[in-house]
Amino acid sequence: MNERYSRQELFAPIGKEGQANISAKHVLIVGAGALGTGNAEALVRAGVGKLTMIDRDYVEWSNLQRQQLYSEDDAKARLPKAIAAKQRLAQVNSEVEVEAIVGDANVDELQRIAAETKPDVIIDATDNFETRMIINDVSCKYGIPWIYGACVGSYGISYTFIPRKTPCLHCLLETMPVGGLTCDTAGIISPAVQMVVAYQVAEALKLLVGDEQSLRGKLVSFDVWNNQHTAIRVDQVKKEDCPSCGTNPTYPYLSYEMQTKTAVLCGRNSVQIRPAGKREYDLPQLADLFAKQGLRVETNPYLVSVSLGEHRLVVFRDGRALVHGTKDIQEAKTIYHRYLG
Amino acid sequence: MELVINGELIHVPDHIRTIADLLVHFQLNQKIAIVEVNAHIVQKQEYETTALCNGDRVEIVHFVGGG
Ligand SMILES: [Zn+2]
Repeated sequence: MNERYSRQELFAPIGKEGQANISAKHVLIVGAGALGTGNAEALVRAGVGKLTMIDRDYVEWSNLQRQQLYSEDDAKARLPKAIAAKQRLAQVNSEVEVEAIVGDANVDELQRIAAETKPDVIIDATDNFETRMIINDVSCKYGIPWIYGACVGSYGISYTFIPRKTPCLHCLLETMPVGGLTCDTAGIISPAVQMVVAYQVAEALKLLVGDEQSLRGKLVSFDVWNNQHTAIRVDQVKKEDCPSCGTNPTYPYLSYEMQTKTAVLCGRNSVQIRPAGKREYDLPQLADLFAKQGLRVETNPYLVSVSLGEHRLVVFRDGRALVHGTKDIQEAKTIYHRYLG
Repeated sequence: MELVINGELIHVPDHIRTIADLLVHFQLNQKIAIVEVNAHIVQKQEYETTALCNGDRVEIVHFVGGG
């Protein structure tokens, strides 16, 4: 017996009993970027029993400014994030079982993880709403709480979704937000990340020790540069006829029609991406956004074309896109989500 | 008129009369936001018709995707 968790056990709402609970629980983190690495390190230090991390990306130099588990060696080796994260987490706390999955957090994979490994909490550390809507439906279907977190620039937001108690993301959003501002287009500073991580981990710990009455219950947002902080109680937004959490759920984001469809275009070294749900872009606004980042943009009334080194991304008004310069569907998806959210 | 927006007393130009106007003013009209006025959440379809009054307490949280 060592002193590893003594300070956390001295904290009365956790105590020895809470610590025993934490060490018996399983957390799934979807995404191993800034939020994913922050959440993972905190939960592994806190002694969670098992952690599963899933991510399809590899470590790049531009990640090191805020993705706290990665080193220069990982970027040099272009190590998959899930693998690099697992290696570092093993150094931090070898008592925790960490499962790293290098792959796409799609409908099939997230349902498999939910059904087979039964996580107690899901932490959202993704960078797009399409995956969040899948997490939301998985949460509703399998009765697993999930903690939304997101940040851009100096702004961050978080909410804890509890099946059958709180509204779900579908209730809050009604429609899927369409891209524009992501960390790769608007930048991000690490204190905004850390603030969201702090909110997510605190709520996760409350869930893991079973202290549900201490949950925040509010949608919280802040801006650490412009010094703002807001929290709104959103209980009244819960909809009885919600297709995800209502009385007759159909879990629309788990159905085939709502999934992003991709196809490698024969002989063209290009991938076509057709996003889930309905999107409609304001093309001049989108072109303007790309141009502001110093990217080379060409546009006409039907599409926006932007050059990205060896790739070219062409976006149509309905959100359909072509990624030229690759036959790799994962790479194309990564580029799509990076620039369009 | 003066509004308390996210806890801060802010003077907004006179042409702002509704929540829809306010969201345009803050360039949030293209984003998905939850808006609360005097502790009541306003439905999206009511943004155009919900008039704001001097001294109203408005909370705005908009959704972002990055992470
Ligand atoms: Zn719902």
